[in-house]
Amino acid sequence: MSLSASQSRAGLALIAPASVLALLFLIAPLSSIFVLAFTDYQLGDRSLRFVGLGNFRALAGDSTFWKSLSNTLIYSAVVVPGSMLLGLVSALLIDAGTSLRSFYRTAFFLPVMASLLAMAVVWEFMLHPSFGIVNATMKALGFAPHNWLKDGGIALYVLAIIGIWQSFGFNMVLFMAGLSAIPRDLYDAAEMDGTPNAWARFKLITWPLLAPVTIFVAVTSVIRSFQVFDTVHALTQGGPNKATEVLLYTIYAEGFEFFRSGHAAAITIVFIMLVVGVSLLRFVSLKKNGASA
Amino acid sequence: MTARSFATSAFRHAALLSIATFALLPFAVMVSTSIKPANEIFSDTVRWWPQKPAIIENYSEAFSAAPLLLYLVNGVVVTAAIFFLQVLVALPAAYALAKLRFFGRHVAFGFVLFCLLIPYQAIAVPLFILLYYVGLLDSYSALVLPFIISVFGIFLMRQFFMGVPDDLVDAARMDGMSELSIVWRVMLPAAVPALTAFGVFSVVAHWNDYFWPLVAVSSDSYFTPPLGIMAFRNAEAGNDFGPLMAAATIIVAPLLALFLLAQRRFIEGIAFTGIK
Repeated sequence: MSLSASQSRAGLALIAPASVLALLFLIAPLSSIFVLAFTDYQLGDRSLRFVGLGNFRALAGDSTFWKSLSNTLIYSAVVVPGSMLLGLVSALLIDAGTSLRSFYRTAFFLPVMASLLAMAVVWEFMLHPSFGIVNATMKALGFAPHNWLKDGGIALYVLAIIGIWQSFGFNMVLFMAGLSAIPRDLYDAAEMDGTPNAWARFKLITWPLLAPVTIFVAVTSVIRSFQVFDTVHALTQGGPNKATEVLLYTIYAEGFEFFRSGHAAAITIVFIMLVVGVSLLRFVSLKKNGASA
Repeated sequence: MTARSFATSAFRHAALLSIATFALLPFAVMVSTSIKPANEIFSDTVRWWPQKPAIIENYSEAFSAAPLLLYLVNGVVVTAAIFFLQVLVALPAAYALAKLRFFGRHVAFGFVLFCLLIPYQAIAVPLFILLYYVGLLDSYSALVLPFIISVFGIFLMRQFFMGVPDDLVDAARMDGMSELSIVWRVMLPAAVPALTAFGVFSVVAHWNDYFWPLVAVSSDSYFTPPLGIMAFRNAEAGNDFGPLMAAATIIVAPLLALFLLAQRRFIEGIAFTGIK
């Protein structure tokens, strides 16, 4: 009795600092997003006025918002499969042999570690229309050079390639952790049972056993791709002509350049719903697979 | 048989080398350009090693054109302060959630799980307004304060503490230790692997973070490395790529050097924090 009472007091005391800070820096801001979204508040205003669904109605008719949402989804639809496939192929290839394993692993992981901002500046130079190595290579191979970041038709895909470059090593590490958990003797058994073909073994053993990791990687990749911002801000500022406008960039511009906090909050709610929606999908799929988080 | 395995191995290396080229090309371009004089950068022939290296010129130009050292020091101060405070706040909470029975424990843990879903950029607007009203924008506090509560850290450490045997805690209680000193003198030493993993996660995230510093500070005396490189690029009105690439190299080098020295730790840390 006295033990449990003292434990109860100690427990509350130990979580108190974290709780106060969480209240201040997580709960209060999160709740105020849901309040702000229904007001016309602009930073510096002395008062705010509730406008009901006004901000959302404005969003529905705002072509920039729709462009931003669809660009985010397109970016994600390129980066997620691209970085997952490249990550998985890298993991399988590294795992298939014994030589140079750590060299490849380190090389593929470097982009994950490097400041994306600094590397975005390097990519910008590589994509430079006149002095960039990309156009030099295009010319050498007999293709026409491009102004990669200024061409509205391709700029978003160029950013997506940088996104793949930056994130596939992260996925590779997760896939390698997943591969190392698959018992070796399963492969031996399959071989003895007459499944000599590597692709058949992959389909029979690797792919199904890797499923929980694959789902996890997919969800993480989707969420990270929704958060694309650095390359957009550094290289295109959402341009040319909104071709690379993405959700976080729109939130940034509305909230911190135009200080239209209410409007930014409404877009933020859409962003939160997307991210939380994808995360919840993961919990559903985990339940179905019976795997543990 | 050996011919076949040789072919397999050759294919493996060919494929991996082409992926490695993709992964490493920007680093090679960065370093190579950082040591080239301007006339070789603008020449048509692609040359990886310059005919007349301009290492000293470019790097000294980079250091004199912008306070790069200050940016690096800011980066170290901010990431170290964030990690230290995160541990200070998260460890007691994680211990309580893992090992103590108290009223509201399940609610508190449910709350941690819920907050894990919210990316911080989603609450940046209200955080900015909060700091604006308390007059803390454009300061070290603005860079550090919002991150000292890490629900991810609490979650990760709680999962780890769940695996620490109860006997260890009970023995410490028998010795008359308070719950708080159990956190620091029993749990902390036991949690070094998890703490390292969390440290890697936290330091990499905050060293490279761009969104929040961009919002929170405007004076260049508070710039962190990513803001610094942007300021450098925007200040170089012309196409002064040699010093710019030198600056990028300087900004990227510390974390990459740390990574190369302890790559096993880093990769395991990221895998650990990713999988859990």
